Amino acid sequence: MHPILKLVAERLGIGLLLLLAASALIFGLTEVLPGDAAQAILGQAATPESLANLRTEMGLDRPAFTRYFEWLGGIMTGDMGVALTNKLPIGDQVASRMSNTLFLAFWAAIISVPLALVLGLIAVRYQNRWPDKIISGITLASISLPEFMIAYLLIFFFAVQLFWAPSFASINDSMTLLEQLHAISLPVAVLTLVVLAHMMRMTRAAILNVMQSAYIETAELKGLNTFAVIRKHAFPNAIAPIVNVVMINLAYLVVGVVVVEVVFAYPGMGQYLVDAVVKRDVPVVLACGVIFAAVYIILNIVADVVSILANPRLRHPK
Amino acid sequence: MSKELEKLSARVTAGAMTRREFMSRAAALGVSAAVASTLLADAAHAETPVAGGTFKMGVQGGESTNSQDPASWASDVPIAGGQLWGEGLVEVEADGSLSGLVAESWEGSADAKTWRFKVRQGITFSNGQAVTSEDVMQTMARHSNEDSKSGALGIVQGIESMRTDGDVFEVTLGVGNADLPYLMADYHLMIQPNGGFDDPTAAIGTGAYILQSDEPGVRMVATRNPNYWGGDQSVTAHYDEVEVIVLNDATARTAALQSGQVDSINRVEPKIAKLLDRAPTIDVLSTPGRGHYVFIAHIDTAPFDNNELRLALKHALNRQEMVEKILQGYGAIGNDIPINAAYPLFDETIPQREFDLEKAAEHYKKSGHDGSPIILRTADGAFPGAVDAAALFQQSAQAAGIPLEIKREPNDGYWSEVWNVQPFCCSYWGGRPVQDQMYTTAYLSSADWNDTRWKRPEFDEMLLAARAELDEAKRKEIYSKMGRMLNEEGGLMVPMFNDFVDAVSTSVKGWESDPNGPQMNWYAFKKTWKA
Repeated sequence: MHPILKLVAERLGIGLLLLLAASALIFGLTEVLPGDAAQAILGQAATPESLANLRTEMGLDRPAFTRYFEWLGGIMTGDMGVALTNKLPIGDQVASRMSNTLFLAFWAAIISVPLALVLGLIAVRYQNRWPDKIISGITLASISLPEFMIAYLLIFFFAVQLFWAPSFASINDSMTLLEQLHAISLPVAVLTLVVLAHMMRMTRAAILNVMQSAYIETAELKGLNTFAVIRKHAFPNAIAPIVNVVMINLAYLVVGVVVVEVVFAYPGMGQYLVDAVVKRDVPVVLACGVIFAAVYIILNIVADVVSILANPRLRHPK
Repeated sequence: MSKELEKLSARVTAGAMTRREFMSRAAALGVSAAVASTLLADAAHAETPVAGGTFKMGVQGGESTNSQDPASWASDVPIAGGQLWGEGLVEVEADGSLSGLVAESWEGSADAKTWRFKVRQGITFSNGQAVTSEDVMQTMARHSNEDSKSGALGIVQGIESMRTDGDVFEVTLGVGNADLPYLMADYHLMIQPNGGFDDPTAAIGTGAYILQSDEPGVRMVATRNPNYWGGDQSVTAHYDEVEVIVLNDATARTAALQSGQVDSINRVEPKIAKLLDRAPTIDVLSTPGRGHYVFIAHIDTAPFDNNELRLALKHALNRQEMVEKILQGYGAIGNDIPINAAYPLFDETIPQREFDLEKAAEHYKKSGHDGSPIILRTADGAFPGAVDAAALFQQSAQAAGIPLEIKREPNDGYWSEVWNVQPFCCSYWGGRPVQDQMYTTAYLSSADWNDTRWKRPEFDEMLLAARAELDEAKRKEIYSKMGRMLNEEGGLMVPMFNDFVDAVSTSVKGWESDPNGPQMNWYAFKKTWKA
C-alpha cells in the first residue's frame, strides 16, 4: 500500500477510537451536570408528579449505562434517535442546522483564506514598511476585539444606521442564493475579521522564516523579482505550517461560532448545542458533540496529509 | 421631524397626550397650526383597522427544544405561537373581565362546585373538523390525567369529574371554586381535536391563524385562518401573515426593531428603554402587570423560622431604590404579598411596609440572632438584575446591622438545585389572573411550589372559604385578611412588581395595554394592524 494511503487509514482508525472516547466523555459530563432533562423542561413549573411522569416517558429512570449503549447502538446504524425535549428526530434537525453552519463557514472561508494569504504575501514583500504595518495593525486589532463587540459595531453601522444589511441572519429555503448571501453578509464579515489575523500572521512568519534560507538568496541573486521569489520558492516551502493554521481556523468556523450565531440569531449548530445542554437533552448533546469532534479530526487529518504531500522528503520516505 | 410628529399625533389619538400639548410641540418643531391639524386628522383616520400585511414579532424566550404540545409550554415563544393557532374556552380581557372563545357562555352552581360551559356551535378546527364538547373534555382530561406532565396540571387537578351533555361541557369540583372560569383561560389549555391525544404537537386549533412553518428556536410563520369564527380580517386578526422570530439576544432584538426587520419586540431591557423610546419610529410601551421579583425564605428553617428576623429583613429592604435602580422606574414597589392592584378584589388599604433601618435594627435585636451570616442565594437568571438587587439588599441590611451575605449560584441548574430547595434565595413569579390561583399555587400548605414553606391551617381555611364564596364583598374581605397575615408573618419579601416593557414600531396601530402578559398578552397578533 502507498505510505500516504496507509497513513490516512491509520489516522481514520485512531479518529474513530477518539470519537468513541469523546462520546463517552460527553455522556459522562452530561450525567455529572446537576438536574436532568425532565427538571430542565419543567423548570419552575415542576411538581413531583409531573417530574416522575416525564422521567418515565423519556426513559430517564433507567441506568446511565443502558442509555449510553442504546444510543451507541443507534448511531452505529445511522439512527441518531429523537430529542428528549420535543420528540423531533435529531437527524433532520442536525441536517438542517449543519447545512446552515457549513453555509456560513464556507462563505467565511472563501473570503478569509485567500484574503489572509494575499495579505500575508504583501506583508512579507513590504516587510516593516507601511503596508505591512497597516495590515498587521488592522488584523491584530480585529482579533483583539471580542467577536460580539465586532458584531454589535457592524450591526450598529450597517444595519441600524445605513440599512445596508439585515441585523439578524434569518435564512430559509424559499430565499434565492443572493438573498441568503445578503442575509449572512454581516456574520460572514465578523467571522472573516476574527480568523483573518491568525492565518495572515502565520503566513507572514512562515514565509519570512523561509526567506532566510540560502536558496532564496540564490534566487534573488539570479535576478528574480521579490514576488516571484516568494511565489515560486518561498511559499511552497512554507505551506505546511500555513495549512495547519488554516485548518484550525476552518474548524473554528464550524464548531466555535456560537457567539456569532447568538448575536445574529443564526440557526446553526452552536445554538442548537447550547439549547440542548441547557435542557439536558443528552441525545442531542451527544450528536452535536460527536459531529464537532469528527470535524476537528477530519480537518486535522487533511492538514497532516497536505503537509506531507507538500514536502518531497516526507512524500518519498526512505 | 415628520416622523416625530407622526409619533406624537398617534399619542394624541391613543389618549396619551392632549391636543393642546401636541399643538405646542408641533409649533416648537416649526410646523404651522393648519398642518398640525391635518396631521391629527390623519392620525385619527389611521385608527380604523386596515386588513392585510405581514406582522413580524421578535421574541425573547425560544429554544430549539421547544414543541407545539401546549402541555410543554413554559417560555414566551411557544406561548406566543400557541396564541396564533389555538384558543382556550375563555380569555381574560385587558380589564380583567372574562369573555368566551370556544365556550359561548358558562354558569356555575350556587356552591361553585359544578360549572357548565356551552361550546360555541358551528366553529371548526383548522383541519375542518367541527368542535364538540367531547374535544373540550378530552383536552381537560389530557392535562389532568395521571400521566400528565402538563404545566397546567396544578390548575386542573381539582377537577373531580367531567361529562358532556350535548353541546355542554360540565365540570364538577371537589371543592367549590368561584374562579374556575378564570382558570380555564390558562394558556396551556388550548382546545385540540380529541384533546390532542392523537397528536399533541399537530398545532391544530380554532385560532385566528394557521401555523405554516415551525422551526423550533428559529421562527414560526402563520397565515390568516380564512374560516375564523371571530369575523373577517376587517374585524379581527387583521394581518395576512404573522411571523414570530426568536431573538434571544437583547441587542439583536433591539437592532432588529431599529433596522425595521421586525415590528415589535418583547422584554426591552429597562436600562435602554428610555433611549430606545427617543427613536422617532419606535414607541416603548410599558404595562404594569402581576409579575414580581421576590426574596423567599423558608419559614420552617432556622434562622428564618423567627418572625422578628423576617420583619427585620423586610424593613431593611429599600424597595423604592430597587424600582429605580433595577427596573429603571419600569415597575412599582411591592408589599410582601404576591398581589397588587392588577388583581380583582385587591384591598388598597393594606398598609405599605416602609424602608426603616431603625425598625429593622429593632426587630433584629428582638430576634436574638447569633450574628452568624445569613446567606441569600442569587443568580443572573433568578430575575433580570437579581445579582444587583441582592447586593442592594445586602447593603441596606448591613446598614441595619443584619449580617446578610450573598452567595452567587450558576444559572444552570438554579431552578432545580437552589429555588424551592435552599432556605433563602432570589426568584420571580409571573403572576396569575386571580388571587385564588396565585395563593393556591404557592401559599397553600399542600402546594408543590410553596417556596416559602407557608403552612398555616387558618390561611388554608380562608383560601378555601373565599374560593367557594360567590359574594364579592365577602370574598374581598377574606382576601384582605389573608394579605395582611402574609404581609406580617410570611417568608415572602416582594421588593417590586415588574412591568412588561415592549417596544413597537409606530406603524403598528391599535395597541392597548393589557396587564395579563407581554405584547398585549399576545393579542397584538389579533388586535393590531399596520397603517
